[in-house]
Amino acid sequence: MLEFFELLLSDYTFRIIALGTAALGAISGMLGSFAVLRKQSLLGDAISHAALPGIVMAFILFQAKDSYVLLAGALCSGVLGSLLVNGIVRKSKIKTDAALGIVLSVFFGFGMLLLTYVQKKPDAAQAGLDKYLFGQAATLMLNDVKLLIVVLGIALAILFIFWKELKVMIFDEDYALTLGINTRFLDVLITIFIVLAIVLGLQTVGVVLMSAMLLAPAAAARQWTNNLGKMLIIASVIGACSGVVGTAISATQPNLSTGPVIVIVAITFVLFSFLFAPTRGIISRQLKIQKNKKELLLKKSIAVVYSFMVNNEELVEGVEKNKLLKLRDIDEQVIKLLYEKKWIKYIDSQIVALTEEGRDIAEKIELI
Amino acid sequence: MEESKFAINVHDLTVAYDYKPVLWDIHLQVPEGVMMAIVGPNGAGKSTLIKAMLGIQKTITGTVEILGKPYKTMRKEVAYVPQKETVDWDFPATVLDVVIMGTYGRLGWIKRPKKEQRKTALKALKKVGMLPFKNRQISQLSGGQKQRVFIARALAQEASIYIMDEPLQGVDATTEVTIINILKELRSQGKTVLVVHHDLQTVPEYFDWVTFLNVKKIATGSVKDIFNDENLNKTYGINYKVYVNK
Repeated sequence: MLEFFELLLSDYTFRIIALGTAALGAISGMLGSFAVLRKQSLLGDAISHAALPGIVMAFILFQAKDSYVLLAGALCSGVLGSLLVNGIVRKSKIKTDAALGIVLSVFFGFGMLLLTYVQKKPDAAQAGLDKYLFGQAATLMLNDVKLLIVVLGIALAILFIFWKELKVMIFDEDYALTLGINTRFLDVLITIFIVLAIVLGLQTVGVVLMSAMLLAPAAAARQWTNNLGKMLIIASVIGACSGVVGTAISATQPNLSTGPVIVIVAITFVLFSFLFAPTRGIISRQLKIQKNKKELLLKKSIAVVYSFMVNNEELVEGVEKNKLLKLRDIDEQVIKLLYEKKWIKYIDSQIVALTEEGRDIAEKIELI
Repeated sequence: MEESKFAINVHDLTVAYDYKPVLWDIHLQVPEGVMMAIVGPNGAGKSTLIKAMLGIQKTITGTVEILGKPYKTMRKEVAYVPQKETVDWDFPATVLDVVIMGTYGRLGWIKRPKKEQRKTALKALKKVGMLPFKNRQISQLSGGQKQRVFIARALAQEASIYIMDEPLQGVDATTEVTIINILKELRSQGKTVLVVHHDLQTVPEYFDWVTFLNVKKIATGSVKDIFNDENLNKTYGINYKVYVNK
């Protein structure tokens, strides 16, 4: 662990890359939350896969490997892909999930076709294009990091300006419209930023895994809070932490490429959150169910005791424990638990009576 | 000139999906201060009509005037209660968060809801009997409670016209009484209430005006005058005669 911090402070390259992946994680966590809440989880996957042909086309057209040229190509085909998904859903009877699948596979297939085509060419100019498949964080430069931070800043500003509008729109789009909110504009704005986040992530995480960067922090964050603002903050923090920790792990271990490690760290956050989050976590829910079950069984028992006592007119004076033990569902263990709950009390060592609380509970159940 | 007295004035409204018209040349006037039910069989276009009035559904032709002015300039005067099934209730928000959304329309850009908006929302929650639930996560509400939250959100808009899509669909008896009492209170304050309604038997009891709709508008008028077998037959077909005469 100490090694990480030493690295963080001493190594310039590491510092740049960690800062870049952290910014990327924060952006994608934030925007990914919107995608998840709007049930557009797969949109990110479609857009990132759709970006591949754009990258290769930009390379073929401009014969340049400058990352900005390639990312501009990615942006174009990513936007085209998302518009196409929209168009298919609107103009045909095909549903969103199928439209996303179609766009994803057609664009990605075409991208791979172009990629293998340029790779077969004799000159070595195309070398390194395939890094966009799984990303290569090591190629992050100071300028890339600056760009990521600028985009993060703009996204934050937009969120701040349109916060309440975005909140209503995500929850209830029709209603937002009747409030006079321009949902079409906000929709386009959010989609543009999601595409931008994806394109910026391609260099680091790659087209195949980028959607995990959008979804994992959001899915994990949702487990911990029921407040939209807090969810966004937690998702950003988880995204940023995944970036830094993933970068650190891959930097200290030989032959571990950064993108996939970042994604695995993010997925670890998801697993942890699914299991251990309070109230929404699997474990806490199971415990609650168990506890409820026990409580219900005890309530049933107190009702049995109560009706026995009422029928035998022993409600006030109490009843011999031995008589109770003959009743259905009642044994020593149950009597002990009821006593611990303070629903029954001992008048002497063999005679028990209901406490006030026990009587209240039993009477409520009788009413049902 | 007389037309300006109507709370809602729908003129020549036509909506179509693909080839088939869903609403055909609807002219509808809702007088101020009435409580009007829109009734009609499934697929008659009841929900589509109010969505088209509110600009949610695209129309082929048609204009909507609110208190004599185009709807677009009068949005603040109209509060909409959508069907509760249209949203995902697992959204991360509390009951109060959702009700405060009703105040957003009157707030300007960037401005955040403050004490005043909170007070308005709490007042609305009290009216629908949901004040004790104000901090509850919305996914943990029953169907009737969700509907009350939506009504409270509309009340927080402090509008003069309320348009509701099946607010009594799938709610318990207590909620039904609560909602109807709120609607009647709104009417007594001179506000206009327009409700898509599915239960024909309660129309005369709850509403004073009614519109029969089945793609075309069959009839509009006071319940006393037009809620009769003839209009029911025209709207639903013969079977419903027996049903209502029970």
